[in-house]
Amino acid sequence: MENVDYMKLIYDFHKEMLNNKFTLVYEGEITHQITKAFTSLAENKMDSYSEDASMKKKVFHVMVECLQNLSKHAEDNKGKINSGSAGNGIFIVGRLGDNDEDYHVLTGNSVENSKVDELRALLEKINQLDKSGLKELFKKQMREGSLSEKGGAGLGLIDIARKTGEKLEFNFIDVGDNHSFFLLRTKISRK
Amino acid sequence: MEVIKIKGTDDTPNVILDAESNIIEFSGRSLPEDVVTFYAPVIQWIEEYAKSPNPKTEVIFRLEYFNTASSKILLDILLKFEDILNEGHEVLIQWYFQEDDEDMEEAGEEYSEIVDIPFEMHSY
Repeated sequence: MENVDYMKLIYDFHKEMLNNKFTLVYEGEITHQITKAFTSLAENKMDSYSEDASMKKKVFHVMVECLQNLSKHAEDNKGKINSGSAGNGIFIVGRLGDNDEDYHVLTGNSVENSKVDELRALLEKINQLDKSGLKELFKKQMREGSLSEKGGAGLGLIDIARKTGEKLEFNFIDVGDNHSFFLLRTKISRK
Repeated sequence: MEVIKIKGTDDTPNVILDAESNIIEFSGRSLPEDVVTFYAPVIQWIEEYAKSPNPKTEVIFRLEYFNTASSKILLDILLKFEDILNEGHEVLIQWYFQEDDEDMEEAGEEYSEIVDIPFEMHSY
């Protein structure tokens, strides 16, 4: 019986993916190789239905920045905590809209509670700024920020907001053990 | 001076650093796994070049795509050339972007606003 339940779970999972129009779901360690594989997969897929160039570029760009955020953060966590999600993240690409004309990219990863306030403040600041405000913030961060050891420049989120022209949707879920699960959703709309 | 020629891949740019032929060029895509390591020899070369630069230095950027981590390093590179200009040498940036690529055009404009080097913008 257990086996039947398990098989049913897979079928439900498959249906859930279709219902939610998820075209790519990945849970696990995000490496550079995986980033390359996913972005080229998405590019090929979009080529297959002749997606227009500017949409393709936006989706590619958001994927790269989201995946790199996950992979850099994963390294920060490695070996530090034992909560199952350490060093891992979830990454989802899906379609949106009545005719699947838009996309969204969703990420989730565990962050230390001590970092939540800073991250939340940055996200709220980004969401308050208009196009020219984001441009100024990006330039300021480029001038004043320094690259971390992992090559993070604190620019990814600002750039995602600039390139998509959308507000960043986010949430933090307390998962105990001094950690929160950080969820981020970026829409890429045809405008 | 040593000539550096790095052949581009799908995630790293073509780089030509050739003082004798007076060619400094970056083209292709830049989203390396480790930007700091990838660009370290480039920065080092420019620092060496800055000690006795050509009377006129032209730097060509013909990039299709770069990620935000690369954008920070590209600024560091431009600031090195700004130092050369401030030492009294002529420096010019040639910034190429695909005709419909507004992001790349805007990126060039932004750099030109941050660094005090003349930029020539070219669409292709």
